[in-house]
Amino acid sequence: MADRRGSSEWLRRQDRSTQPARVAADPVLEVAGLTTRFDTLDGMVHAVNQVSFTVNKGEFLGVVGESGSGKSVTMMSILRLIPMPPGEIVAGEAIYDDRDLLKIEIDELRHIRGAKIGFIFQDPMTSLNPVLTVGFQIEESLKIHQQLPTEDRQARALELLELVGIPSPEQRLKSYPHELSGGMRQRVMIAVALACSPQILIADEPTTALDVTIQAQIIELVKDLREKFGTAVIWITHDLGVVAGLADRVVVMYGGQIVEEALVGELYASPQHPYTSGLLGSLPRLDQRGTELVTIKGQPPSLYQFPDSCSFAPRCPYAFERCHAERPPLLPISPTRKAACWWDVETGSPRDGV
Amino acid sequence: MVSERMEDQPAASTGAEVLVGVRDLKKHFPITGGLLKRQVGAVKAVDGVSFDIYRGHTLGLVGESGSGKSTIGRVILQLDHATEGSVVFDNVDLTQTTGEKLRKIRPRMQMVFQDPHASLNPRMTVSSIVGEPLKEHRAAKRAEKLDRIDELLSLVGLEPSHANRYPHEFSGGQRQRIGIARAIALNPEFIICDEPIAALDVSIQSQIVNLLENLQHHLGLTYLFISHDLSMVRHIADRVAVLYLGKVMELADVDSIYTDPKHPYTQALLSAVPVPDPEVESSRKRIILEGDIPSPADPPPGCPFNTRCPIAQQRCVDEVPEWRELSGGRWVACHFAE
Repeated sequence: MADRRGSSEWLRRQDRSTQPARVAADPVLEVAGLTTRFDTLDGMVHAVNQVSFTVNKGEFLGVVGESGSGKSVTMMSILRLIPMPPGEIVAGEAIYDDRDLLKIEIDELRHIRGAKIGFIFQDPMTSLNPVLTVGFQIEESLKIHQQLPTEDRQARALELLELVGIPSPEQRLKSYPHELSGGMRQRVMIAVALACSPQILIADEPTTALDVTIQAQIIELVKDLREKFGTAVIWITHDLGVVAGLADRVVVMYGGQIVEEALVGELYASPQHPYTSGLLGSLPRLDQRGTELVTIKGQPPSLYQFPDSCSFAPRCPYAFERCHAERPPLLPISPTRKAACWWDVETGSPRDGV
Repeated sequence: MVSERMEDQPAASTGAEVLVGVRDLKKHFPITGGLLKRQVGAVKAVDGVSFDIYRGHTLGLVGESGSGKSTIGRVILQLDHATEGSVVFDNVDLTQTTGEKLRKIRPRMQMVFQDPHASLNPRMTVSSIVGEPLKEHRAAKRAEKLDRIDELLSLVGLEPSHANRYPHEFSGGQRQRIGIARAIALNPEFIICDEPIAALDVSIQSQIVNLLENLQHHLGLTYLFISHDLSMVRHIADRVAVLYLGKVMELADVDSIYTDPKHPYTQALLSAVPVPDPEVESSRKRIILEGDIPSPADPPPGCPFNTRCPIAQQRCVDEVPEWRELSGGRWVACHFAE
């Protein structure tokens, strides 16, 4: 029973770290001033511009933005997963466990990736290795990060597959990724990411490639796992609907910057940035039939230009001179909220004293 | 026998004229195998589908990937040949029509494709893309053609000065506008929109949907709107057909289907769609379906949904549920729906 002992000890360790769903500020990851750019043949792409945010222990943070808003590059930069060159992290810090992930030796970072910070990618078909079995891929991180003996590893891989709800897990351990459906592959990805019981789980559009009934399965699974283990989750998505039911706090990104940050309830009830309200207005609702959809006119910004004015100003119905001249920083507007906007939607006038 | 039953589907329950009538449509793709490449099976992409599309209305066709939505669109336009069944367009059965006769009808029905990157030729200018249908069907003289292209571009919200540019110079939303200009060039009556917004950013999707709605209003168009985005279908459609594994599970007007779905699949599908409102989300009850969609090459016997259905019984495995009308215009394929 040696193998069982190993796994039950693991479960006990998990239980100890269980946190209530909504927790007081106790940052586990603090990102400040992160700036990433790519030197391409067409010119410099300013993908992420001075992005700062924190994730608290056990918190569910939603990161919402359209394609090109910099949400994925931000998260990849934190773990230095972007190709360098052409990518370059120009400035900023990402403090995890009193260490700056952007400065530490790559060997040290390798012990954090996968072990302390798990990553789930959008497309499980391209992120799982097609010539290795599912079991091998789950055991791999256990082998590298925890140096467990083979028997314990196998037991834990089995347990993980059970945990993520894969039917007949014993057989599935020996399956290859192509033998599984899209939803099952994404479950395997989650098992791989959770193998070393990370403190933070970064999920990059994990349900975008899936059908809506399968998406609902994965969302339920992540909710369950989070309640069980108290893992902090950063969920990147373009779907404001998915985040509404999942997140504690949401940051909205546009043109490589965070434009708004708020608790989930207040964000949807009273968006403070014109981009957020435009985005919410442009969404049709399943539970009600409206008249004409509100549109945000124009196109998302080109990232070839460094944003020295507000990136949203050309599309913004409230834009005035200052918006075209000066880039608004992320201004605190209440203890829980921040918005990068010179206009105050509450008073219907420019913000005072900033 | 099935098709006879379909005949009595009320055509005029809403008082509108039927423009497109699909009856018992099947499209099976052969699977070949063995040394002699004999047919060893078939992918039943569309397996007995019937519905009507009323003139000036929008029928939403929803379903998950692999349910056969796009195949239905292609078969209606005769881009693929039906294995069985009929597609009646303005009293002409297209499945029995060929050659010049079919070619004469083609300008009246058009398609807007999902991926505006793949559906526009990168070596053609916008003006030749939009003008190609006019040329192909000799619909306009050379001088008139340029005027017509300008008119089409402004109809879809582009500048006439865009005419000499190439597709790569445009964003995804603008490219979709070019695709729409091409589709309306010949003044069609009927347009199939096959996931027209799936490849676009959220803030651009509403622009394109509003454009489609305006064009419908001004040009009196009839749409078949194929989508997996159930929220957008609620916004744009008049009636909705829910597809599962090549069969229609439920068909009704949009409000009935969203407020009071009758088929257990429709109920589960709708409950799975997240609503962008935390308050609503916290109180919603979700029906989580077990497992995945079965393969259309090997569909389960009886009701196609019986492997995942929360209320399935032995009868659902033994017997294919009848496609029946519950009340005026509400159709469902389930033994237990009432």
